[in-house]
Amino acid sequence: MIEALVFYMFALTAIASGVMVVVSRNPVHSVLFLIVAFFNAAGLFVLLGAEFLAMILVVVYVGAVAVLFLFVVMMLDVNQVELRQGFLQYLPIGGVIGGILTFELLFIVGAWQFQPDVSAAIAAAAPPPDQVTNTQALGSLIYTRFAYLFQAAGAILLVAMIGAIALTHRKRPGVKKQKIADQIAREDSIELKKVETGRGI
Amino acid sequence: MNAGMLIDNVLLGEYFPILVFLGIAIALSVFLIAASIIIGRQKPDPEKLSAYECGFPPFDDARTKFDIRFYLVAILFIIFDLEVAFLFPWAVSLGSIGLFGFWSMIVFLGVLTIGFIYEWKKGALEWE
Repeated sequence: MIEALVFYMFALTAIASGVMVVVSRNPVHSVLFLIVAFFNAAGLFVLLGAEFLAMILVVVYVGAVAVLFLFVVMMLDVNQVELRQGFLQYLPIGGVIGGILTFELLFIVGAWQFQPDVSAAIAAAAPPPDQVTNTQALGSLIYTRFAYLFQAAGAILLVAMIGAIALTHRKRPGVKKQKIADQIAREDSIELKKVETGRGI
Repeated sequence: MNAGMLIDNVLLGEYFPILVFLGIAIALSVFLIAASIIIGRQKPDPEKLSAYECGFPPFDDARTKFDIRFYLVAILFIIFDLEVAFLFPWAVSLGSIGLFGFWSMIVFLGVLTIGFIYEWKKGALEWE
């Protein structure tokens, strides 16, 4: 009973904040509503029993991805009138992408419905959920059974890292940085003087 | 399926105090906002929103463009955040995944260390 109520609360808030992301006039408000949507998705994950995924959603998406979106929004020239102008222009391509996503979701649900052994095949890979915790169940699969996919994830992260640096990093001319080694090795910074005994400098 | 539902309920039972806190937080924030609207005296005046008398009106909009270096820092943070997220299940299940699982993670960390050395040498971590 409580479970169903909490589910509808999270689900409705997630949908409502998702709508607000789209219709909100201020892009910064859109990002903040996106954070609300992430939190509600984390709540839905907890209701499904995927607590590790829920915590990762909060840590990675709310803590990092939302901040990145905020930076991207602030990097753009936030002119709200101009943002509104392209609305109808981008409607067809947005509709196509939304349609493809909807179709894929239906496809997943359909596969689940029409092939009853799909859930059994997934359950066979994972250890029984009443014996181990969520995190341990994931850990016992990712690093051994799905080792190649895990390494592929590492390679993707490496590509992302190098790509971000290659695209955005550039040497700034005219920046005077402190080079401690050069300072110490300067010719006139150290002077040796021959002091005669008993006279001083 | 029955056992799965049972464990779900046990798990959700552990999260019940958080739900109570969530309810209290929502109720309290709604109450405070509503109380300040209902009880407080509302006398809106454009002068109350203007710059103070010894200040001056702003020359420029505050919504200036951010430097792209913030973006670089944020994306590098996300990448290492994800790397750490992979460490959690590994640390929990290290006893059962054996030597292969251990070295699997070491290779993963090695690949990302290559990227770390690259960004260090490239100077992406320096602000200048």
